[in-house]
Amino acid sequence: MKLLNLQRRMARAVMTPLTNSERMRPVAPDGRSMRAVASQIIKPNDRLTSFERLEIYNRQYWFRVLAAFAEDFPGVRAVLGGRRFDAMAKAYLIDCPSQSFTLRNLGSRLVNWLEKHPSWAGERQNLALDMARLEWADIEAFDGLREPSLKPEDLAGVNPAKLQLRLQPYVSLLALRYPVDELLLEVRKDSGDLDVASNTFNERHKRKRASAVAKLKPSPIFLAVHRLEEDVYFRHLDREEFAILSALHAGKSLNAAIESPWRSSPIAVADRAAQIEKWFHTWSALGWFCRLEKSPKNEKAAPH
Amino acid sequence: MPANRFNGHTDYGIGIGLRSPHYYHILTRKPVVDWFEIISENFMIDGGRPLRILDQILEQYKVVQHGVSMYFGSAERPNREHLRRLKTLVQRTKTPWLSDHLCWGSVDGRYTHDLLPMPYTFEAARITAQKIREVRDFIEIPVAVENVSSYAEFHVSEMTEWEFLNEVAERADCGILLDVNNIYVSSQNHSFDPLTYVNSVPGERVAQIHIAGHSKYRKYILDTHDHPVIDPVWKLYARAIERVGHTATLLEWDDSIPSFDEVHDEARKANRFLASASLAAAV
Ligand SMILES: [Fe+2]
Repeated sequence: MKLLNLQRRMARAVMTPLTNSERMRPVAPDGRSMRAVASQIIKPNDRLTSFERLEIYNRQYWFRVLAAFAEDFPGVRAVLGGRRFDAMAKAYLIDCPSQSFTLRNLGSRLVNWLEKHPSWAGERQNLALDMARLEWADIEAFDGLREPSLKPEDLAGVNPAKLQLRLQPYVSLLALRYPVDELLLEVRKDSGDLDVASNTFNERHKRKRASAVAKLKPSPIFLAVHRLEEDVYFRHLDREEFAILSALHAGKSLNAAIESPWRSSPIAVADRAAQIEKWFHTWSALGWFCRLEKSPKNEKAAPH
Repeated sequence: MPANRFNGHTDYGIGIGLRSPHYYHILTRKPVVDWFEIISENFMIDGGRPLRILDQILEQYKVVQHGVSMYFGSAERPNREHLRRLKTLVQRTKTPWLSDHLCWGSVDGRYTHDLLPMPYTFEAARITAQKIREVRDFIEIPVAVENVSSYAEFHVSEMTEWEFLNEVAERADCGILLDVNNIYVSSQNHSFDPLTYVNSVPGERVAQIHIAGHSKYRKYILDTHDHPVIDPVWKLYARAIERVGHTATLLEWDDSIPSFDEVHDEARKANRFLASASLAAAV
């Protein structure tokens, strides 16, 4: 058997979902007998059959990816509950196995996948989706690229009608239906406590968290998930502030971006210029804008 | 081997794996450690705290990179993005050599994140050696391949594991990271004499040695890196050192990680063997 062929067969077996009791399935989803697959490629020894030897790798694979996934999405787990989360995680990892050399990217397709398969998110689909968006943004903010920040002198003489500002790659802008940021912080505090706590304490915490999830009411929020020093923060934004940043992020020119958010805005017309200036001051202080690219792509006129 | 072309002509002593529970201790207490081994993949990122901590470590310590996902033995070509990131990190750490495993773990762009065993065939040796050469040519530093522990053997194998290791190392003209714990684990799982393995390794290619603890199950042993090193593994280590001389040695401890001092003390037990090797070399 050629190397590639052997590796394809073994990988397919190793990535086949386990039974409910976490054993290797006797029959793969496509009807193959796992016993036959195993004995075709793997030798038995005096203690283990071919099936049992292959099963070690099958179990290791699932334990490893499920543990890594659960570690990345404790908030989604709190929203769905342990059992539903585990079922969702298996379904996700069957549809979206890792395509990266690093487990860091394991959850990169979760938001998209949940949007397409909302039934896995249970009764509180929007809440679960919001939490998944926040937790993925958190991963991106933690180790995303920080480019050199824009300095005031970089803007000297630039035409604002053509100026396109770029946001730092580590910043994510999120419009969410639920205030999941508070819930996530609560979940993290709990799991920190759980490391050292007794069982009764754990149970109490679990109940407290379940009721916090149940009580969470929709209340739209706008967030920038970003990094300061090396810590990740969830910064609440005004609706208009979010709209300007999103427009800039989408590639609109500075002029176009600051014109966009004012329909039905409660901010009085007379106060808007001062407000915009204040926002820009904050964003610059946080280092959210990258230096302008000198590439020809950026020198061409803005789309508006 | 002490200072050879596979470890960049360095003469490192006893190192330990850099693990996050120890960051604070290392950065505040600044313990004397010969060198740290890092898992490359943990730092093949664009920014953030891990890189900041790495830079602080690099200011004071020597660091060697150890990878877990290059999969020299996977039939597919190396991933370009992976190579690019690896090289960026190599330039940052100035690692004198770099190691990864003699195993496979991905196929058709899908990753198992496991160190899967090789079929010991000549075709596999040729493909693996070619990939090692390709990686080394790209990152431009010496590469050492590490023997893994395994729980399965393939019908198609045409040679023993140590013959396969030699075949690959010769064809690739690369170094070997000899993991004596993995030899012990595999010898138990596949019923061979671990000394035969250690005695067959081309000593002049050994760039580095790994020691570790493991977990024993009823019917097999799992390489879990969550215990102190056991006596039979120390015996293999002693034999390896006797054959190859004073060699950069690293203790791996990845799970149920105890205090920094406990890990470091365990690693320093290797000194009794290294000292006698130095003495023998001097005589
Ligand atoms: Fe090792």
